[in-house]
Amino acid sequence: MTLWFVFALMTVAAIFAVLWPLSRRGRADAGGSEVVVYRDQLAEIDRDMAAGIIGAAEADAARVEISRRLLAAADQSGRDVPVTGSITLRRAAAVVALVGLPVIASSFYLALGSPRLGDFPLAERSRVADANQPLTNLVAQVEAHLEKNPTDGRGWTVLAPVLSRLGRYDDAVRAYRNAITYAGDSADRRADLGEALMGSAGGVVTADAKAEFERAVALNGDDAKANYFLGLAAEQDGRKADAAALWQKMLAKGPSDAPWRPLVQAALVRVGGTVPAGVSAPGGASAPALPDSAMAAAKDMSEADRSTMIKGMVDRLATRLKTNGDDVEGWLRLVRAYLVMGERDKAMSALADARQAVANDADRLRQLNEGLKNLGLDG
Amino acid sequence: MIAESGHYALVLALALALIQSIVPIVGARWRDAALMNVARSTALAQLLFVAASFAALVTLHVTSDFSVANVFENSHSLKPLLYKITGVWGNHEGSMLLWVSILALFGGLVAAFGNNLPLSLRAHVLAVQAWVATAFYLFILITSNPFLRIANPPIEGRDLNPVLQDIGLAVHPPMLYLGYVGFSISFSFAVAALLEGRIDAAWARWVRPWTLMAWIFLTLGIAMGSYWAYYELGWGGWWFWDPVENASLMPWLAGTALLHSALVMEKRNALKVWTVLLSILTFSLSLLGTFLVRSGVLTSVHAFATDPTRGVFILLILFVFIGGSLSLYAWRAPALKQGGLFAPISREGALVLNNLLLTTACATVFIGTLYPLALEVLTGEKISVGAPFFNFTFAPLFVPLLLAVPFGPLLAWKRGDLLGAAQRLMVAGIVALVAIALVFAWTYGGATLAPLAIGLAAFVIMGALCDLAERIALFRIPLSLSLRRARGLPRATWGTAFAHAGLGIALIGIVCETTWNSEYIGSMKPDDIARVAGYELRLDGLSPRQGPNFREMVAQFTVSRDGEKVSVMTPSKRNFTTRGASTTEAALLTRGASQLYISLGDTTADGAIAVRIYHKPLVLMIWWGPVLMAFGGLLSLSDRRLRVGAPKPAKAAARALQAAE
Repeated sequence: MTLWFVFALMTVAAIFAVLWPLSRRGRADAGGSEVVVYRDQLAEIDRDMAAGIIGAAEADAARVEISRRLLAAADQSGRDVPVTGSITLRRAAAVVALVGLPVIASSFYLALGSPRLGDFPLAERSRVADANQPLTNLVAQVEAHLEKNPTDGRGWTVLAPVLSRLGRYDDAVRAYRNAITYAGDSADRRADLGEALMGSAGGVVTADAKAEFERAVALNGDDAKANYFLGLAAEQDGRKADAAALWQKMLAKGPSDAPWRPLVQAALVRVGGTVPAGVSAPGGASAPALPDSAMAAAKDMSEADRSTMIKGMVDRLATRLKTNGDDVEGWLRLVRAYLVMGERDKAMSALADARQAVANDADRLRQLNEGLKNLGLDG
Repeated sequence: MIAESGHYALVLALALALIQSIVPIVGARWRDAALMNVARSTALAQLLFVAASFAALVTLHVTSDFSVANVFENSHSLKPLLYKITGVWGNHEGSMLLWVSILALFGGLVAAFGNNLPLSLRAHVLAVQAWVATAFYLFILITSNPFLRIANPPIEGRDLNPVLQDIGLAVHPPMLYLGYVGFSISFSFAVAALLEGRIDAAWARWVRPWTLMAWIFLTLGIAMGSYWAYYELGWGGWWFWDPVENASLMPWLAGTALLHSALVMEKRNALKVWTVLLSILTFSLSLLGTFLVRSGVLTSVHAFATDPTRGVFILLILFVFIGGSLSLYAWRAPALKQGGLFAPISREGALVLNNLLLTTACATVFIGTLYPLALEVLTGEKISVGAPFFNFTFAPLFVPLLLAVPFGPLLAWKRGDLLGAAQRLMVAGIVALVAIALVFAWTYGGATLAPLAIGLAAFVIMGALCDLAERIALFRIPLSLSLRRARGLPRATWGTAFAHAGLGIALIGIVCETTWNSEYIGSMKPDDIARVAGYELRLDGLSPRQGPNFREMVAQFTVSRDGEKVSVMTPSKRNFTTRGASTTEAALLTRGASQLYISLGDTTADGAIAVRIYHKPLVLMIWWGPVLMAFGGLLSLSDRRLRVGAPKPAKAAARALQAAE
């Protein structure tokens, strides 16, 4: 209620500013006139001459000039007889102020403002934790703590997976990197870092992400997450046989009750590999169509949001390549992305564009063709 | 409540501006004093509400109220208080609010101190001011509203761009805006004169000081921005001919021309129509600068955000105001009374030459800035117009201008004596020649143009001093008499001399910095020694440090010269975690007007760090010059006397006079 009261007071003040001059009798000549300026100038010349700044001859010449102007101005102002205003016009202006001003102000404010929202200064809010967003608050507190103690490896280790789950992949990448620096290297952390990198690339296993998975596998050959994603990388590159081989090896070596089994089996079926003997076929096609746990992590997103996000990223890449066609890696990534999204036509047209863009550069053309071969497209 | 009250105050300001744009014009048309006086009270009320709105936004930033989108996007609770405040205009929405606040401030000043203006002129001026204000209030409310809220406020903000977390942000934008927006006053006066169909003496008496004030702020704002770029960006450059810099240089050039022509108009009642045109052009260029910077046409540190609707909206404002005012000029200017007459060789003539050269220089910058943009829009082809273009076009225009600068103040009004002025400048000429000879001998075999440029600078500085010496009759009458005359000289005369000398000083700085700059670029390990311009810089070591919202790596250098320790320099590299960005904090060591400059690059795997060390001789003179110019302007502004230019009386055989326009 106080808010509306304040608004009302402000409106009244504004209306008063318009009405006040209207209520006063307009004085006939409130402003200065040209004649005054010329009189002041004549006085100035006398002062300048007394101070010795100008000589007598110059002063005389100036006086002649100004007097001539003064006469003309006096002539003019004699004809400008001030008119007293009409009451009708003033009334109209008063009505505009009384009605128009509140109408304009309220129509703009009601369309744009949020009168129901109070203030939320930080000092008050940190005393009373916001029950609606416990996780976000917690994250912010940990982040503030880490801002001051950046070498706290345990803090980064705790924060990183939460950021990843919140979909803040870029921050998660940085958190995982810091965790590795300050809390030590491990296969798990490398694999998680790779997954976060994938997340920030919209589900595509980028060269960076792949490098992290490879490091994880070097640290621990049996790391399930890293192996699975290396297989996915192979699939996205179009090397389906390699992917199948990797996943078959995982299923053969892994424990029979591993939670990732159904996912890997479904992936294997997708690339056309056979599930190794002695392993039961997946019960029902429960695995996601896009086998992408980074995407699955962003489970708050609706299906539509998710595909919009990926589409957006791919479109941006396509636009960039349109202006700068030299980036062979970029072209390959684009073609691969279209293939993953199941848009083979677009992949083919992107391929044609890529060829055209690098046609003049033998080196790049060779590189492109090799990449395409790896994707399983003709060279 | 603070956020919503601030928002409502802004809306009320819009409503008041709408009334202020219409009612006074109607009043002037029907010659109703009460209606015309509405302009005054609404302008003051508008200032009150905009100031309240701006204060509300500052409060929200200081208390870190992240329920306001603008605060969430540009602030962080750990930011030092100073940057919480400066962060208000370190973003698009807030800086536009600052823009309209300053516009309202100038409107309020005209309303409060315009008692000696004719009533109808004041009504027209304030109405035109309100047109501009209305357009920008609408722009803010519709496309860049700083008071939009977030229903579920996040607990922490996204922080301000680290490059902007510097004391420079506290000074540079407000100064620049005071300059840009200050020219709106002369614009409003010009349009008001065209609407009224007459320019009287009160008009000229008012326009000069307002133009001068805007010009002082713009000069300081540009100089400050240049120095900020110099120490913050880490490249040691101070002017890049970047479109954003050009956007501020163009109004400055036009404004400088306007300043001089307004002077002629106030003193001699001449050049009236030309002054009106320059007023319109100067503010148009300010608006163009706003468009270039704010629309996202240019991507740089200044373009905080890119949004097509904003660009289209500002373009629309640009079309309406520039197109409208120029059409009005074409329609009404011929009706204005022509001004006084003068001979081509006279003080007026010299100022016309100054105007021609300045506007031509402004035009070349305009072409160099907009041609690449136009080409990209029309053909999609990208070209870049860089320093070479500007050096080849701008410099040749400035050389004759600088040559002519000392002559101007020595010529008499109405009809001057060029030979006499040249004789009185003999000393300046001799000093310039000696300077050229000395510099040439000292740097024998080096650059050939540099000594000439130094000589030109010496000529400009000595010319300003000659003018003073002439006026106080130095060495011709006893010294005590001369000193008394010096005290009696109008402050405006001193102002002219300071401002003109400032030009020469800046030129010396520019020439020395660009010609005799020496540098060391390489990677250094602890205890390595770099030698630059006679200084030895030893890298003592690197150490990490924790700031309020950043971490930094500080390198310590011991600077010595001829075996004696001079000082310690500590450049650093800062990492801001919230934005994941880093900045380079260069270390500066000032020795006289010269500076040593160290900025850090990346560390390599073997513990070495890339460093750039520059020795910049006399570099500070580049900024002392503009500061001196602004000081001269201030002196002139403080001179409250009327300006009357006493003409030189005609001799028996009157020479043929030429019309002013």
